[in-house]
Amino acid sequence: MKLLTLNFLTCAIKTCKSSPSSFPLHPRDAELEIVEADLNLKFLENILPRLMWDELRVVVDELGLPTLPPTIPTRADLVAPSSPTSSSSSSDPAPSQTARDLHRILIETCVREGKLVCGNCGHEYAVKEGVANFLLPAHLV
Amino acid sequence: MPEYLVRLAQVHESFRKAELFALGELAGVTLEIVEYHENSPFCIVRLPSDAAAAKVISRSILSLGIHELWGRGPSYEALHESVKINTSHLWAKYKDVSFKFTVDCFQGTRTTAEQRDIIESFSYLAFEGPIRMKDPEVSFQVFEHYDEKAPHPKYFYLGRFIAESGRHAKSTYDLKKRHYISTTSMDAELALLTANIALAAPGKIFFDPFMGTGGFPLAAAHFGAYVCGSDIDGRSIRGTGGSSRKGQVGKRDVAGNFKQYGLEGHYLGAFVSDLTNTPLRLPAPSNNGIRHGYLDGIICDPPYGVREGLKVLGAREELGDIERSNHQARHKDPTYIPPKRPYSFMALLDDILAFAAITLVEGGRLSMWMPTANDEDVELIIPTNPFLELVSVCVQPFNRWSRRLLTYRRLPDSEAPADAVTRVRKEYEKGVRADELNAFRRKFFEGFKEADKLRAGDYAPEETPKKIG
Ligand SMILES: C[S@@+](CC[C@H](N)C(=O)[O-])C[C@H]1O[C@@H](n2cnc3c(N)ncnc32)[C@H](O)[C@@H]1O
Ligand SMILES: [Zn+2]
Repeated sequence: MKLLTLNFLTCAIKTCKSSPSSFPLHPRDAELEIVEADLNLKFLENILPRLMWDELRVVVDELGLPTLPPTIPTRADLVAPSSPTSSSSSSDPAPSQTARDLHRILIETCVREGKLVCGNCGHEYAVKEGVANFLLPAHLV
Repeated sequence: MPEYLVRLAQVHESFRKAELFALGELAGVTLEIVEYHENSPFCIVRLPSDAAAAKVISRSILSLGIHELWGRGPSYEALHESVKINTSHLWAKYKDVSFKFTVDCFQGTRTTAEQRDIIESFSYLAFEGPIRMKDPEVSFQVFEHYDEKAPHPKYFYLGRFIAESGRHAKSTYDLKKRHYISTTSMDAELALLTANIALAAPGKIFFDPFMGTGGFPLAAAHFGAYVCGSDIDGRSIRGTGGSSRKGQVGKRDVAGNFKQYGLEGHYLGAFVSDLTNTPLRLPAPSNNGIRHGYLDGIICDPPYGVREGLKVLGAREELGDIERSNHQARHKDPTYIPPKRPYSFMALLDDILAFAAITLVEGGRLSMWMPTANDEDVELIIPTNPFLELVSVCVQPFNRWSRRLLTYRRLPDSEAPADAVTRVRKEYEKGVRADELNAFRRKFFEGFKEADKLRAGDYAPEETPKKIG
C-alpha cells in the first residue's frame, strides 16, 4: 500500500471517526518497501490540494523518513524553474526536487507489513503483504 | 463544426451514446450527435476538428474508428452526388499523396470484383498519388449498411479516415488471458467501458469499494488513473483463496494482475473493509464552503446475491453483555473471524451513493452496476441522493434479467439542497435500513435469484449477444 493511501485512511470504528485523533493512523513495526514508478506531475498537482499535510508529516516522521517541509508546497513548487540550457524540445515542464521527493514518499514508498494504530481508541489494524485489514470485531461495529 | 462518421461496434448499444458523451467531456470538446440509431453502427457527430475527433475516439471501446464524413445517401447515385457537393474543394489537397480505398460492408459482403467496381466509381476524385495498402498518407472508406440478411445495402457513406479507436484494449485485458480472476470478475470490455463513462483519466484517483479481483481498478489504470480498492473478502485481494479458474496453480493476486499489465505504478493499494464501516476519511463539510472530497471516480459492481454474499460487519443479533466481552477478549486472537450479517441490497445502494456524495470531488463520477428483473410490473428503481445527479443509465439485457450501469455526477454543494450535507452524512453513518419486506421489494428481489444463477455465465458466449460488425 502506497503512503498516499494512508493519507486517506482513518479508524474504521464509527464512533472514532468524529474524533480528530483517529487520523492519521500511526504505523507501528512497519516494514517499508520502495516500488519504483514513473513520476506523473499532473497527478501530483491534482492531489496536492487533497492532501492532509500535517498528518502526512506526522506519519513520515513516525516512519523515520526524511522530514517534510512544515508548509505544503504549492503547485508552482512542483515545477523546476525552466533552465535555458534544457531547450525547447519538450513542452512538458520538468519536475522539481520537491516533486521528486513527494513522488518518492507518496507513490514509491509502500507499507508491506506492520500495524496501523488508531490514536483515539488504540485499535490496531494489521497490514499483511501490503494489504491492511479493517474488518471490525462484533463489539466494535 | 465539421461532420464525422463514427463507425460503432454493434454491441452494448445502450452504452454507446453515454460513452461518446463521456469521451467528449474528457477531451474537453463539444460533441453533438447528428444522427444515431440503436440498430446502426454508423453514427454522425459534429466535432470542432480532426484533432478533437481523434482525441475523442482514440480511447473509445464501443467504436472502431472515426472518419471525416465526405458524403452519404440511400444509393450510390445519392452518395456520389453528396460527395461532389460537400467535398470537391478538398480533392486537390489529396491529389498527389499516397492513398488507400476500402469497402466496409455491415451485415453484407462484396466480392473483390464488386469492391473494385465500387472503388472505381469514385475515380472522379482524380487522386493521382500512389495506392499504398500499408500506411498510406490518406485512407478512404466506403461503408455499406445492409439490413440483416438483405441482398442489397440500404445506405452508403464515404469517409476519410481520422483515427482508430481504443477497442483493442478489450483483447489486451481479456479475462481469458488474465492471470487472476474469479467467477464474478467483470468482463474486460464492460470494465473498460465503465472506466470511460466514469471519466477515468491521467492524474485522477479512482476507487472500487467491491474490488474483488480488481477488474475496475485495472480498467481505470489503463486510462491513466491512480487506483485503489477494497473488499470485505481479503482472500479476493490477496488471492490466497486460489481461483476458480481451471488449471490455475501458484499464487495469483490483484497486485499480480497490475504487474501483468505493467500498471503497478498506478496501483495505490487495496485494503480489506466493509463499505458500511469504511476506514476511508469521511471529510466533514467545512464552514468556509470548501469541500474535501478526494476521489475523482468510484466504479463498482456491488454484491447482490448468494454468490457474492452480500454481507456487512456485525453480529446477526444485538450482542448481550457477555457476548460483547467474549468478542472483546477474543478479537486479537489470530483465529478470530469478525462476524457478518446479511444486509439489504437497496440499503447498500443507498450507502454507496451516500459514500460517493462524501468522498467524490465536485464533478466526480460514480458508476455502479445494478441488476433488475425483466418483469413488466416491476418499476425501475434508481437510487437517488441529493448530491448526485444521474448522468446516464445503460442497460445490458439478458433473457430474464438485465443489469444496468448507473452513472452519477457529484454536484457542487451550491446546487444541492441546503440541508443535504448533514442529511447525507447522518444517513451514511447510521446505515440506511431499507424495508425489504414489503411486497414490491420482494417481487423485485425474486428476479435476482434468476440473475444470480445466470451470473456464472456472464462471459459465456451465449449470454452476451455477439454481433460485432
Ligand atoms: C460482484 S463482486 C465484484 C467483482 C469485481 N468487480 C471483479 O471484477 O472481480 C462483489 C464483491 O463485493 C464484495 N463484498 C460483499 N459485501 C461487501 C461489503 N459489505 N463491503 C465490501 N465488499 C463487499 C464481495 O466479496 C465481492 O468480491
Ligand atoms: Zn479508533
